[in-house]
Amino acid sequence: MAGLNELLRKGDIAANHRPWPRARVTAEIWQEAIAALAGGQWQLLGLWGEPDRVHMALRDESDETIAVVSLDCPARRYPSVGLHHPPALRLERAARDLFGIEPVGLPDPRGWLDHGNWDVRHPLATAPDPAPIDKAYTFLPIEGDGLHQIPVGPVHAGIIEPGHFRFTANGETVVRLEQRLGYVHKGIEGLMAGATLEAAGKLAARTSGDSTVAYGLGFARAVEAALGADVPPRAASLRALMAELERIANHLGDFGAICNDASFALIHAHCAVLREKVLRAAQTAFGHRLMRDCIVPGGVTADPGSEGVAAIRTLLADIKALFPALVELYDNTASLQDRTVTTGTVKPHLARQYAPGGYIGRASGRAFDVRRNLAYAPYDKLGFEVPVLDAGDVNARVWIRIREIEQSLALIAQLLDGLPQGPLRIDLPQASGPCEGMSLVEGFRGDILIWLRLDAGNRVARCHLRDPSWFQWPLLEAAIEDNIVADFPLCNKSFNCSYSGHDL
Amino acid sequence: MRKLLFQSLVQMSLTEPAPAADDAALAELGAALANVARRSLGRSLSIREVDAGSCNGCELEIHALANAYYDLERFGLRFVASPRHADVLLVTGPVTKNMRMALERTYNATPNPKWVVAVGDCARDGGCFAGSYAVAGGVSAVVPVDLHIPGCPPPPLQILRGLLALLQTAATAKG
Repeated sequence: MAGLNELLRKGDIAANHRPWPRARVTAEIWQEAIAALAGGQWQLLGLWGEPDRVHMALRDESDETIAVVSLDCPARRYPSVGLHHPPALRLERAARDLFGIEPVGLPDPRGWLDHGNWDVRHPLATAPDPAPIDKAYTFLPIEGDGLHQIPVGPVHAGIIEPGHFRFTANGETVVRLEQRLGYVHKGIEGLMAGATLEAAGKLAARTSGDSTVAYGLGFARAVEAALGADVPPRAASLRALMAELERIANHLGDFGAICNDASFALIHAHCAVLREKVLRAAQTAFGHRLMRDCIVPGGVTADPGSEGVAAIRTLLADIKALFPALVELYDNTASLQDRTVTTGTVKPHLARQYAPGGYIGRASGRAFDVRRNLAYAPYDKLGFEVPVLDAGDVNARVWIRIREIEQSLALIAQLLDGLPQGPLRIDLPQASGPCEGMSLVEGFRGDILIWLRLDAGNRVARCHLRDPSWFQWPLLEAAIEDNIVADFPLCNKSFNCSYSGHDL
Repeated sequence: MRKLLFQSLVQMSLTEPAPAADDAALAELGAALANVARRSLGRSLSIREVDAGSCNGCELEIHALANAYYDLERFGLRFVASPRHADVLLVTGPVTKNMRMALERTYNATPNPKWVVAVGDCARDGGCFAGSYAVAGGVSAVVPVDLHIPGCPPPPLQILRGLLALLQTAATAKG
């Protein structure tokens, strides 16, 4: 099988698409790409629509090639990728809901984001259809003796986001979980179309609240790629500083919450204190606890100054003093390990097929981290390790988070020691005509892909944001099989997928 | 574990200190909050959180209310798992059209007397999501709202302050 580079040569390379190439291809070449995905040679990074076109982002691991292939579909029909490569299934259902482009052969005719409540069908198509889809939704059929169903959600018992889980259980054992998402679909991609960079940036930073830094960074990098702009070194370092603080805050929250879902409240209480310390340091350094809207295209809006740097150094010392005892406690508590070890296993072959980012992939043998594999500034000049484990269970996902917290602490120390002086922001050039940019950044949850096209005057013509959760949610359905119903919260928390980031 | 527990026994409490009348806004708020809550609802107030379309930022800060610094439960305020056990619905997000029915049902399942607090800028009027084909609007577009707490997201202290304001209003109007 030829490499992705070879396939690109057969297509028509789009002008003004940066930093990776985009090739317009024929239906035959599109089919070749599907075959390479289905055969496991390449990985799917994203699939998204336009009113008369479909795109997919691909990764060829052999030489770390990234590219977008696009197929024009004036008749609003294209050969389904999901038919042969299941990770594309939900993305194709979503693109059909929004744009009315039909993946021919897709085995699932049901809506995904569209629940029949929008007063309109295909809202982002050139001519939306005023008749909404049917509200009825049929879950997958089940057959067998002694099976019963447990419907959960969209409003859950805890303080979490809404989604529906349909469990089919035999006694205590889950034989199937089917997810239904889309409840928090806000139409972000629709609101982005025609928006100024400022308005679009605010929307991007509100795609998934826990990843507001990562989305701000991804959006800024995509805009800067489209316009061919480079940010000052101080801005790049401060961006990384914020991203690592966000990663530590979320990993601490998850570590505690996973233990809490195994009824071990002590670690949860201590992690919540450490998390609060991170948010307070962020408030001091950047003026916002979650560092929202601090990253903008062209640079950053906040400078920590000496007071902020001191607050972060104190934070590092506090975490280094308190965290090891929690890790030791986790490692030495047999009753806790009894809950997490061999629970909710993601098999390595599924991790290869779905290419999930973050701790879910890395706990199942997938050694991929955008900061290393496709290093962007300043990570190309920093030393860090990417922890990888093979077990794929809740315990492995906990350990990946623990190791990543340690790595992020070391990264922050390096960033503070070498913080360059200079401006925080540059003025962006104006696009003279349509130009396209793409970014991949490593959020705490995994790789976030953002693709956009700007018009003259820097208005956003189209922007697609692909959350890491798209390739993680389906694996939760697989991981819970043969586990008991009572372990679902534990498994779910160890995944901690985003609802809002997925539903958009 | 014994060492950790022992340290917790002997170390100073992390919880923000008790109020001096002139500062320590958090603890001061907490004391006032508890007094009003006792007068109108006895010793406690049960809160059911509903995410009606939020980005999850508000949920993070609502979670933070439970950590040792804010320790919400010392005021008799607690989060409950069912709307049937709740006095207050704490609603976040612009209400998406896909969540409208779930929010209405949650509201209807909450016994009277009940209050609705809309948390965050989106919950007021849809925020930056207003006007989308998928968004019904702010929380008041779907259920009656007693109080809006602004912020994106509001920090934990701001949420506490908002709950206090609600209780004072509620004590006058309904109590």
